Amino acid sequence: MVNHTVDSTGVRSVSSSLSDSLLVNSPHGLYCPPGDFYIDPIKPVDRAIITHGHSDHARPGMGHYYCSANSAPLLAHRLGKDISVTPLDYGTVSDFRGVRVSLHPAGHIRGSAQVRVEHDHQCWVVTGDFKRCADPTAEPFEVVECDVLITEATFAVPIYRWRSGEAVAAEIMDWWRGNQATGTTSLLFCYSLGKAQRLLAELGRYTQKTVYAHGAVMPLYRIYQQQGVTMLSTESTVDLPRDHDYSDALVLAPPSAHRSSWMKRFKRVSTGFASGWMQVRGARRRRGYHRGFVLSDHADWPGLIHTVRQTGARQVYTTHGHNEVLARYLREQDIAAAPLSALHQQPASD
Amino acid sequence: MQHFVQLFRSIDATTSSNAKIDALVEYFRAAAPADAAWAVYFLSGKRLKRFITSRDLQLWARQLTGLPEWLFAECYSSVGDTAETVALLVGNEQTGDSSLSLQQWLENRILPLRQLEKAQQAQAVKGWWQQLSITECFVLNKMLTGAFRVGVAKTMVYKALAQVTGLPQAVIAHRFIGDWQPSADFYRLAVDPEQRRSDSAKPYPFYLAYPLELDPDHPDSVTTGNQLENRLGPTDHWLAEWKWDGIRGQMLHHQSGVYLWSRGEDVITHQFPELAEAATQLPQGVVLDGEILCWREGRPEPFSALQKRLGRKRPSARFLRQYPAVFMAYDLLEYGHLNQRNQLLAQRKQLLATVLDGLSQPSVFRQSPPVAFDSWPMLEQLRQSARHYGVEGLMLKRLDSPYLSGRKKGDWWKYKVDPYTLDAVLLYAQPGSGRRASLYTDYTFGVWQDDELVPVAKAYSGLSDKAINRVDNWIRKNTVERFGPVRSVRPELVFELAFENIAPSPRHKSRLALRFPRIKRWREDKTSREADSLTMLEHLLAEKANGVSPLPAASGRIASPDQD
Repeated sequence: MVNHTVDSTGVRSVSSSLSDSLLVNSPHGLYCPPGDFYIDPIKPVDRAIITHGHSDHARPGMGHYYCSANSAPLLAHRLGKDISVTPLDYGTVSDFRGVRVSLHPAGHIRGSAQVRVEHDHQCWVVTGDFKRCADPTAEPFEVVECDVLITEATFAVPIYRWRSGEAVAAEIMDWWRGNQATGTTSLLFCYSLGKAQRLLAELGRYTQKTVYAHGAVMPLYRIYQQQGVTMLSTESTVDLPRDHDYSDALVLAPPSAHRSSWMKRFKRVSTGFASGWMQVRGARRRRGYHRGFVLSDHADWPGLIHTVRQTGARQVYTTHGHNEVLARYLREQDIAAAPLSALHQQPASD
Repeated sequence: MQHFVQLFRSIDATTSSNAKIDALVEYFRAAAPADAAWAVYFLSGKRLKRFITSRDLQLWARQLTGLPEWLFAECYSSVGDTAETVALLVGNEQTGDSSLSLQQWLENRILPLRQLEKAQQAQAVKGWWQQLSITECFVLNKMLTGAFRVGVAKTMVYKALAQVTGLPQAVIAHRFIGDWQPSADFYRLAVDPEQRRSDSAKPYPFYLAYPLELDPDHPDSVTTGNQLENRLGPTDHWLAEWKWDGIRGQMLHHQSGVYLWSRGEDVITHQFPELAEAATQLPQGVVLDGEILCWREGRPEPFSALQKRLGRKRPSARFLRQYPAVFMAYDLLEYGHLNQRNQLLAQRKQLLATVLDGLSQPSVFRQSPPVAFDSWPMLEQLRQSARHYGVEGLMLKRLDSPYLSGRKKGDWWKYKVDPYTLDAVLLYAQPGSGRRASLYTDYTFGVWQDDELVPVAKAYSGLSDKAINRVDNWIRKNTVERFGPVRSVRPELVFELAFENIAPSPRHKSRLALRFPRIKRWREDKTSREADSLTMLEHLLAEKANGVSPLPAASGRIASPDQD
């Protein structure tokens, strides 16, 4: 077992020689020296373990991709059919030069995974993006005990506390029905991978009406459908004449379509955005949406703290968003923690 | 309170003024008069006399949640509003709404807090929070700390009430102006179409002018004689006056007494006893609109002198001698107890002259003199030189204009002097509030003093959303140090700032203060070495200290409007 020493700042913690650190920062991203693989690398490398299909985690140009079985078709859709992928089943251990690697559900979107890395009696877990709220479209988060945890911190401020998807979907239904009464199209913006499908599943509790979607949502919707996820039936606006009557419809679209020429096909619209950022009035008003629905695929503050405790990790690294806030708070709770940038830097080898 | 919270939600859920007004109409139609009175009170921007501060709310929220102070500060910087931050931390998912009405919340719960000790206040407020949803907590916190700014302009409230009652909007505005106590009786009278008697102690809604666009890059810019001609037509329809650099006010003389109102709808009679005393010489049933100024030796004193007067509730005789005030009358709104606002400006000015001529001279009541001009190019020349006379520019008013209410385009324009400008370097940034929370939008700028950059101004606005995002991005990548929410950045970005005035200020490191600084443009073409120096500003200050020139003689006559 590695010697966990913590100095007063909590910055240098897992013992200081490079060979002991199972994962290190490198110019290409998070790297495992004994296993010679990267996790969600930011530049092309030979072996990339990908936590999930979002474009800031799954990037093009890798020699070989490893991801969960349910994530593989999403990667193929986003990165091209010709990529080389090895699908891994959740919980099944693979060997990378003696390093034991397994994926575990992260609950973020369909196929999302945490990466467990074990070697020489050290166990590290990289959460990737994750959430703890129930989501009918994603495999539920699994708590994985570990020595060192690298956790996301996108919403690591206590103001972020989520309501259930079911409750948010009820709010969206009220909005949609109110708009129907005045012949107004309900235009709901959301990320096309993950959030859109989650909304289509959650709304299925309340209605059987067909929903319309921007062309960007459809291929991902079909992949979810092929994996047996139950969602409201959805039609693409691309397949409909431009003068189609959307006056009582709910239409899903990615945020990039907001104020684009695509929107011209709708007459009266009320716009909404489904995102964790909508928790704050100022953020909603700044983006210019009429309504904000607080629905996130990331862990909220209580979810983050609870998860860190459940893993039993003695050293935590935080990444994304409010990583410094989370690290400082954990230190005050006597958990050694630091932003991921404090983890060992491996100098560029090439 | 649930109907009021629902109203807030509806208003908050739309950016359309019409939709907001519809929501207000729906609320006022259904609300009990006492609830409606409180709703108007808050939505029109009035606030309870403050007895609970944002600091109190913050402390109590931290006690309830156990959050350390630094973490609350992090929350605040993501939100930009204390009432909202606290609501997000303490509010419940489900509404625990009691059946109490808005009036009951105010009169049985909130107002009685005033009689309690801090500890009891804390206990009460914490208890309510534990019962309420996030939105309800937010509305409650806003009522407790005042400043209920939720995207509703006062005029929208009046418009909605006009729709509900069938009364003209101006009548509604007049009835709700100034100080009033929310009650069912007050509201019933205020919205009663049969009610005729107006409260004689209240001012009329002020008529405000739109500015003529002075930015030469703007398509509607008006900075040449030709452009003035195109926009305003022949000169003989127009009256020009100096735009005095004081505060707008209305002086009322009625049987019940003399009242001096500021445009911010505060009674400031006591701050200006010499004006109040002189006003008793005015005929009864008169309302004057004008500018309150400090005045000495035939010319206006800088605004800073007037600020001193505004700060003194009961000025001493010596203080009055030191900063003598005058009322520079622009307009006559009421005469012989009769509303004159529908008369033409030229007629009102004649009547005003008659009223003021009846006072024993010299008087603190003066008529704002017309500025003589034969042509638009000449007027443009006058504007250019206005700063030498200690005025802010010119006002242009159609001679046949009625006295409208609120800011309206067309009959009255303000034609201000060009602001001063300087090129300064971005030194510090901190997140904005409200719509700009979590973006770095509040900047501190510096200019050169030898090899050092000295802070001279803070500015908050003036950039497009796109530019704000770019600067925000740059700030995050070029931070040198962090002090709580404030970041110091590499001194590299240069901005052109506009400001209205400059005054000495021993409190600042630069020893001077700029009035109303704002960002004019981002000078991406300049390096920080090309920014201005403190010496340049010191020269400007010295130039001003040499005094303003006497005003040019007035023509003394107002032409009759051309009515062909």
